[in-house]
Order: sequence, then structure tokens, then C-alpha cells
Amino acid sequence: MTITIAHYLTVSALMFVIGIFGIFLNRKSVIVILMSVELILLAVNINFVAFSAHLQDLVGQVFALFVLTVAAAEAAIGLAILVVFFRNRGSIAVEDVNMMKG
Amino acid sequence: MLLTGIAAAFFYMFAFIAVASSVMVVVARNPVHSVLYLILTFFNASALFVLTGAEFLGMILLAVYVGAVAVLFLFVVMMLEVNRVTFRKGIAEYAPIGVLVGVVIAAQLLIVVVGQSLAIEPSGTPALPTPDPAARPNTAALGDILYTDYVYFFQIAGLVLLVAMIGAIVLTLRDPRPHIKRQNIGEQVARDPEKAVELVDVESGKGL
Repeated sequence: MTITIAHYLTVSALMFVIGIFGIFLNRKSVIVILMSVELILLAVNINFVAFSAHLQDLVGQVFALFVLTVAAAEAAIGLAILVVFFRNRGSIAVEDVNMMKG
Repeated sequence: MLLTGIAAAFFYMFAFIAVASSVMVVVARNPVHSVLYLILTFFNASALFVLTGAEFLGMILLAVYVGAVAVLFLFVVMMLEVNRVTFRKGIAEYAPIGVLVGVVIAAQLLIVVVGQSLAIEPSGTPALPTPDPAARPNTAALGDILYTDYVYFFQIAGLVLLVAMIGAIVLTLRDPRPHIKRQNIGEQVARDPEKAVELVDVESGKGL
């Protein structure tokens, strides 16, 4: 029983697709969409780390570190926007986000 | 070949739990449960990182995601007090297109992964080769290049976090004190040239 990079890439692809599916499925709450985006970024990180180990090259891990940084910043800003939106509208349902619609 | 023997068995366990709990993140009824499953996913992904030898990233994943991001999510979910019944109404309406998009992307990714997996071979010498883990641990090796070759990117990452922190504070701060300058959008839009420009006659040899 050996694990190759293909196994890691398969796990990462599955998590990526689950994240995309979550964005489409949860049209009712923005917060689950944000969690799906976190899942997608995690899948990308698994890809980077798997290739880093496969190619014996540390650059992949450095880049994964930066992806992690941007993901944390994105979560903080996204949740802050969500809190402000909830204060203004009293709801975070996706279908209520239509103030810009003419 | 990354792992063999008992490590391979552990890989299957962690990978299965990670994928299963990420499915639960998406389909859970209660958003609090979604966040808890997200934490489980991050724990297992961090174990997957450790299995490949990326120990530092695994620990950072725990500290950043489980320690900060997931708790932030939990905090916001509980603070917003969203009614869980209104959440799932109309899910069937969007499920077909979601399934279609998901299946197409999964098929494309799996065609590439399964079809090309034999072709992924190291070509030439790596840009920054991983040192022998016995001689130089992963954390030290990562530090060696992060603070030298990638120091500018490291600084920019710090700047990104600073901007995110200030942005989050500015967005959510509600301070009624009058000396704080805020953007008044109505006033800004209502400006016209008459009010915006003031002409002042300044006598020569004197200031204002």
C-alpha cells in the first residue's frame, strides 16, 4: 500500500469540488459560502504541499504559507462585511443581497 | 511515492475523514455544526500535511485556522443568531445546477490527475531543494528561505494582515463620539461646484 501524489491530488480535487458545490447549494446563507471558500483554499494548499513533497522543493510550502495568510485576511474582512450587512438588513440570506438591483 | 506502510493507512483515514467532514460542512442544517465540521476538516488536513513532512505548515494550519478563523466563524454565527429554519428553504431549486457544475469540475480534475499522474516527474533541479529532515528540520529549513529569499513576500504578507485588521475594525466599529471623521455618503453625493469651490481674495504680501 503506497501513497503517491495522485492520492493527494484526488483528495484535494474532491475537497475543491465540495467547496464549489457548497457555494451553489447554500444560496440561503452567506456564511456557509465563506466556509466553502475556506474549503477551496484548503484544497489548493493540499495541492501545494503535495507537490512540494513530491518534487522535494520547499517553494511550494512557502507559497502555501502565503495562501494561508491571504485566506485568514479574507475570512476576517468577509465576516466583518457580514456583520455590517446584518446590522443594516437584519438578515444574511443570499437572496436579500439585491440592493444594487435596479 | 510519498508514503508507505502504516503511514499510508493513516493517510486513508485522515483523507476519508477530511472529505466526509467537508461534505458535512456543506450539507449540515445548523451553521454551528458547519463550523464544527470545518474545524474537523482542518485538523485532518493538518495531519495530511504532517504526513508529507510539512510539519510547520500543519501546526500553522491548526494555529491559524482552528485557533483563529474557525473561532471567528463560530463567534459570528452565534452573534448573528440566524434562524435555522429559513436557511434551507429553496435548496432544491439550485441543487441541479450545483450538481452539474460540481460533476463537470470533478470530472475535469480527475481526468487530469488520473490521466497524467505518471507524467508528473521532477524535471531538472528544484529551485530550493528540501534538505534532509534529519539534518535540518522542516521548520528551520522553511525559516532559512522565508527570511532570506522570500523576505519581501513575507513583509507583504504582514502588510496584508495589517490592512485586513484595520479594515475589519473600520467596518465594524460603532463609536458615536463626534471627533471621529466618517464618510457621509449623502453629503458627498450632494456636493456641487458652488459648494465645493471657495474663491478667496488674498492680498499680496499677506497670508490668509
